[in-house]
Amino acid sequence: MSKLVNLNEAIQSYVHDGDTIYAAGFTHLIPFAAVHEIIRQGRKDLTLARATPDLIYDLMVAAGCARKVIFSYSGNPGVGSLKWLREGIQNGTLEWEEYSHFGMISRLQAGASGLPFMPMRQTGAVDLERVNPQYRRVKDPYGGDDVIVVPALNPDVAIVHVQRADSEGNAHIWGILGEQREAAFAAKHVILTAEEIVDESVIRSDPNRTLIPAMIVDAVCHVPYCAHPSYTQGYYDRDNEFYLKWEEISKDEANIKAYLDEWVFGVRDRAEYWQKLGAETHSRLHVGQRLSAPVNYGSFANE
Amino acid sequence: MNEAAYNATELMIINAARLLQDGDQVFVGVGIPNLACNLARRTHAPHLQMIYEAGVIGAQPERLPLSIGDPTLVSGALAVCSMFDIFSFYLQRGNIDVGFLGGAQIDQFGNINATVIGDYFHPKVRLPGSGGSMEIAAWANRCYIITPHQKRRFPARVDFHTSIGFLKGGDSRAKTGVRGAGPQAVVTNLCILKPNEQGELILAALHPGCTFEEVQANTGWQLKQAPHVEVTPAPTPEELRILREELDPQRIYI
Repeated sequence: MSKLVNLNEAIQSYVHDGDTIYAAGFTHLIPFAAVHEIIRQGRKDLTLARATPDLIYDLMVAAGCARKVIFSYSGNPGVGSLKWLREGIQNGTLEWEEYSHFGMISRLQAGASGLPFMPMRQTGAVDLERVNPQYRRVKDPYGGDDVIVVPALNPDVAIVHVQRADSEGNAHIWGILGEQREAAFAAKHVILTAEEIVDESVIRSDPNRTLIPAMIVDAVCHVPYCAHPSYTQGYYDRDNEFYLKWEEISKDEANIKAYLDEWVFGVRDRAEYWQKLGAETHSRLHVGQRLSAPVNYGSFANE
Repeated sequence: MNEAAYNATELMIINAARLLQDGDQVFVGVGIPNLACNLARRTHAPHLQMIYEAGVIGAQPERLPLSIGDPTLVSGALAVCSMFDIFSFYLQRGNIDVGFLGGAQIDQFGNINATVIGDYFHPKVRLPGSGGSMEIAAWANRCYIITPHQKRRFPARVDFHTSIGFLKGGDSRAKTGVRGAGPQAVVTNLCILKPNEQGELILAALHPGCTFEEVQANTGWQLKQAPHVEVTPAPTPEELRILREELDPQRIYI
């Protein structure tokens, strides 16, 4: 059964005020278009979980969608800091819960596996345990050292962008895999956005690449260029210029409002956003071809 | 220091590269560590393998990556896996030789603060936080720290232990049961600090033209010196050529 819907319908159906959302993707495949739609629809009091809040959550905090962030690295990678998120924490206007990357993805791994918690070896860095009581210690029942445990994270909704999916939500992903699969399996609902919607036969031609199965997907949205200014491996490059400009765009109330007015509220959808970026940006983000060698799965039809 | 011949960043990259060994499996960060690894690969360590916390093993980037998840790290890599896999199978299991660390504050025992200046719950300055560093510092076989040498970066004690070096010194790191050997060197623009048997960072080598007094003036504790403080060999023309012409021709980092 096809689950194809417009992105605005998917957000309407599955993202509610007060929800915990996980917009997945470690640098790669970050679903900016979906978050722009959440902002357009005016969602409030959200808990925003992501290993790296990145520009995507800084924008949501600036737009007034967030009550709380759960994170493990709150910088603009390779560039600097996330102003709205940082100031929200410094001023006490934003709640937060902090982990290391491994702690954060272990929470998802537990959530995705149907386990109550996940153990990790000790790191000796006890300050984070002291300030975040979600970190606990458990005696190794087999007699080794105590292990650190973190509780399962089961977001209300995960938004996961992929290269290609069929209309039911079986999805192929390649390139940096981050926590896409873990977030999808951990969440109660999954919104899938895809660069391309393909026939089921394309998915079946390479089943090892199907990291997300239809059975856990609620909505499938065809959203080309969904990830910009993040990227989609093999489709378009990361817009590093935009990441460098974020400092200026997010500098103060006036600048961020101007950005939101022009690029979020000022466009209807991602197609219009991409057109508005213009030919120069399109060509700057163009990527050449580097194909993998084909593999033979073998044919077992009676001949 | 002869400013005309090379700058502080080049000096740090070249000295960091020299610490890497052929065959090392290195957990790389962007910027200086990335350049140091690529320089080592082109000089004395052709079999060094670059591994990124984004889940990329054996990257051969065709351009300088701005972020740790740049698509150029994937194209032509040996393997790509999930973040859970990279932190569990590769790092926690003990398959990583070298980790690079940085932070706002590094203390006398190599502990690092990348989380907060001031009180955690009422921060004066909120920093990005651990990312992967908490586990890298604990579980990589050896760690290197690269940082400009400034007094505010080298307090006697850090405000927050984002990742540990030798904690309070003595056997306090060993007692935590972490598997890695901890920070083996801190490379700055003035010198190289190394831990003594107590885990205290002491002056091991000065870069050409630098003095103990200069290092001490930029360090927040009474710095001890190794019995024989060495002088690091000046960057060679070949090291500088590779760095400037092949690795960072647009001078993004150097």
